[in-house]
Parts: sequence; C-alpha cells; structure tokens
Amino acid sequence: MNVTTTAAARRKVLPGFGLTMGFSVLYLSLVVLIPLSALLFNSTGLSWVKFWDVATDARVLASYRVSLTTAGAAAFVDAFLGLLLAWVLVRYEFPGKRMFDALIDLPFALPTAVAGVSLTALYSTNGWIGSWLEPLGLKVAFTPLGITLALMFIGIPFVVRTVQPVLEDLDCDMEEASATLGAGRFRTFRSVVLPELIPPLLTGFALAFARGIGEFGSVVFISGNMPMRTEIAPLLIMSKLEQYDYAGATAVALLLLLISFLMLLVINSLQRWARKTSR
Amino acid sequence: MAGTVPLNVPRLKKSVSSPATRESTAVKWVLIVAAGLVLFWLIALPLIVVLTESLKKGWGVYVAALTDPDAASALRLTLLVAAITVPLNTIFGVTAAWAVTKFRFRGKGFLITLIDLPFAVSPVIGGLIFVLVFGAHGWFGSWLSAHDIKIVFALPGIVLATLFVTFPFVARELIPLMEDQGTQEEEAAITLGARGWQVFFRVTLPNIKWGLLYGIILCNARAMGEFGAVSVVSGHIRGETNTLPLHVEILYNEYQFSASFAVASLLLLLALVTMIIKSWLSRKNAH
Repeated sequence: MNVTTTAAARRKVLPGFGLTMGFSVLYLSLVVLIPLSALLFNSTGLSWVKFWDVATDARVLASYRVSLTTAGAAAFVDAFLGLLLAWVLVRYEFPGKRMFDALIDLPFALPTAVAGVSLTALYSTNGWIGSWLEPLGLKVAFTPLGITLALMFIGIPFVVRTVQPVLEDLDCDMEEASATLGAGRFRTFRSVVLPELIPPLLTGFALAFARGIGEFGSVVFISGNMPMRTEIAPLLIMSKLEQYDYAGATAVALLLLLISFLMLLVINSLQRWARKTSR
Repeated sequence: MAGTVPLNVPRLKKSVSSPATRESTAVKWVLIVAAGLVLFWLIALPLIVVLTESLKKGWGVYVAALTDPDAASALRLTLLVAAITVPLNTIFGVTAAWAVTKFRFRGKGFLITLIDLPFAVSPVIGGLIFVLVFGAHGWFGSWLSAHDIKIVFALPGIVLATLFVTFPFVARELIPLMEDQGTQEEEAAITLGARGWQVFFRVTLPNIKWGLLYGIILCNARAMGEFGAVSVVSGHIRGETNTLPLHVEILYNEYQFSASFAVASLLLLLALVTMIIKSWLSRKNAH
C-alpha cells in the first residue's frame, strides 16, 4: 500500500471529520478568535491618532522598555542555567534525580500569584535573601532586578525542557571521535556538543522571552509598579483599565499582541530549524 | 509554542558511554552540585518560603485564614470555575485533536497555530478582550445591561477568561501523541465493522488515556491558579467574585501576610499534587 492510496482512503474510512472539525472551529471562534478581534474592531473610540498618541507616550514606552529588557535578561540567564540543569539531568546519575526532574516543572504548575508573593518575601529587605543582599547595597525587590528574577523563575522550565530531548538523542559517536582525535573534554563540548544545542537553546530562550513579556502574576508583587521604572506593559494595561481608559488599554494591548505574534513567528521558524538540524 | 511540555520528554534513561566521553568525577560532581544549588535557589526556596511564612504566626492564624468565610467562598468559586472550564476544554481538545490528526486538509498548520494562540497572548489581554466584548462600553454592553445580564465582574466573565487562557492545554498534549499513533488501528476497527463512537472509546481512548489525563491536570492547575486574566474580569468583589489567587493578592495588599501565605499554601499543594501525578504519568507512559 503506497502513501497516496492511504491518504485517499483515510478520508473515506474514518468518520467524524465534519462533526469534529465543525465543533473545533466553532469553539475556537467563540472562545478565542471573536474575542481577540475585539481588540482590532473595538468600540472604545480608538482612532489612529489616539493610538499613536498612546503608543508614543513616555510612560508607555518606558513600560515596554522595562518589559523587554527584564524578559530578555531573564531569558538570557535562563539559557545558561537551563543548559546546566539539562546537562546534569541527561548525562549523570545521582541520588535525588527524580525529585530534581520533578522540581524543574514546578513553575509550570505553580499559580503565578503564589510565585509572586513568595519571591517578594524572599527578596524584600527583611527576607531570607534580601536581608543578605542589603548590606552589599543590592536591592532586589521593587527594582528591575526583582522583575528579572521572577521572570527567570517562570522561564527556566522552557529552556530545560527544550534542550533536554535534543541532548538525550545526541549520539555519543561524535564525542568519541573528537576524543580519539585528541580533543579534551571541554574542547569536545565546545566544538562538538554545543553547536548541536544552539537551535534548542535559542528556541528555549525565545519561549522564555515570549512568556516573560506577557507575564503578570509573578511580577506584579515584586516590581513595586513604579511608573517609568518598574511598571511592565501588562500592568499598564491593567491600570489604564482601572481608570476606565479603555482606548488607552486597547492601544497598549495591541502593541503587546503585535510583539507576541512576532515572537510566535520567530519561535515557529526556530522550531522548524531545530527539527531540520537534528536530522 | 509551548506553555507546557510533552509527556514523553523525561525519559531519564541511563547513559551508556565510553570513558572518553565522560568528564572526570570531580568535574561531574562540581556540575551536579552547581545544578542542585541553582535548582534550590531558583525553585525550591520560593516553595519553602510559602510554608514558613504561612506558619510564622502559628497554626491558629493559619487555620483561621483557611476557615475564613471569604476564603471558603473563594475556594468554592475556584472549584466551580475549574469544574466548568476543564470539561469544556477537554471536549474541545479531544475533538480538535481528532480532526487535526485523523484527516488531511489544507491549512492544518494554520489551525494548530490558532489553537496555540492563547499561550502566546498575555493573560491580561485574555481578560481585557472580554471586557471589550461584554463590558459596559463593549460590543454587547448596552444590550446586556438592558436585559440585566452580568458577564464581566461576575461568574460568566471569570469562566470565559479562564476558558481562554486554558484553551490549548488538552489539544496541545493530544495532537503530537495522536499524530505519532497514526490511523491504522482506527481504520482496522472500521473495516471490522465498528461504529464511529466505538472506534473512539475502544481503540483511540485506551491509546491516549495517559496523555489525555496529563493534559487535563495541567489544564486544571492553570484554571485554578490563573491570576492575570481573572484579575481583569473579576471586579474583586469579596465573597462573590474572588478566586483563591485573587484572595492571596487581597490579603497580601492588606498586609495580612501570614493569612495570604496560608491561602497560597493551598495553591502550592495544588501544584505539588499536579507534579506528583505528572511524574507518575510519565513513568506509566514510559512502560
């Protein structure tokens, strides 16, 4: 049986295409697409002039700067820490490995508000870590550094879980060849293993970055929400809504949505590239 | 795009390698200890803080915070919202995965991207869009107020926002799984005279049950724990439209830290149970 006949037969044999496809598209439209389109075709009186005014407002620009730099820094650090965690998890056997593995997923399952209050307690000036850092002149809570730490917590599983499967599938033959050719272990890692891990590392970075830009719950407590300094873009949407400035909130949200779409495109092409290079 | 990880990832197989491809024992243990410290600092410490902070003022305050009528009503609302949203998104996830993986059609990749969309969108936007549609100044605002129907700042709004943010979980888990399994078993069942529903319940469901269960518990964890989207549409009415995560925020902003962390510890328990079921499922899946 060749491929074309199965493909042709598939449509005839299995039932339920109309029903499942119809329901899926209807539900998708009702829950996601139509509500999202409210951002574009809104009734809040958002004109192009108003949109431009809001988008170029100093406070709005500052909130984007804070969001992009903290999410970028957090994803960057996560890429290194995530590589270390994935390496240890794949390559070594040690006691407590199962718990190690389970803990990595925790930021996925923990409600963001819980992470937010807990990290704030940890890094405030009388917290366990905050009280240590204060004499060193390092303030974490209510500064961009605090936002970055919260986003690192949220983003780390994305890097580990993207790098891990690639590392598991990596053939040891190349490393052996490199060793027989006289390369030291570090040289082998740098010139043989690391190049293979660049696509998943970039994907993990992009996933953590994308998540960080939209993140709200874990950041809102530790950021202190000072306009121009530690106010992130999602929070600005929230405060504009609380002042009944629907047009302003919609404008900020549209920009944020645009960034998210761009990230989605980048991630999709990164994942396609990663799949191609792994073959 | 992922807000989640595929179930089959952590295989934790023993690595077989020659001595030439291994680091020295010293390097190995330095790396393990470094990784352990990172994990402890970044992930374990925040968990421990939740517990110590919640018990700082003793068990009396802890118990009082959890038995408070507002906390009890927040818990009831959180359970109710999850009980409505999780089954709906599960039904969607299964039907969408069936449509996407059992048939060929144009635009399949585009459809999968659309299903992933809520993961890419900030949860605050997930709440905002329902305010724009159903709020006082929204598309249906005047019609709804004329008919005395409340959606935003009431249960329906919270349910809609939660449906939006938890939308992809089940579908996302099932699509790669069912893609791998192909259609041969289902086709064989049909040839042997089985009906559509029989094929699904007798052939497909037993094959996907662990993945499905994993999607459901992740969906549930997010539905019970969602903060940003729900915060926008809830209106924060104590005892009425407050979910557990919002209750944590309210107590925290009122400087009732111990009570806030006590409620947070309940949500931490939810996360831990989710993790335990997850690792049990992935071991089950590996065999």
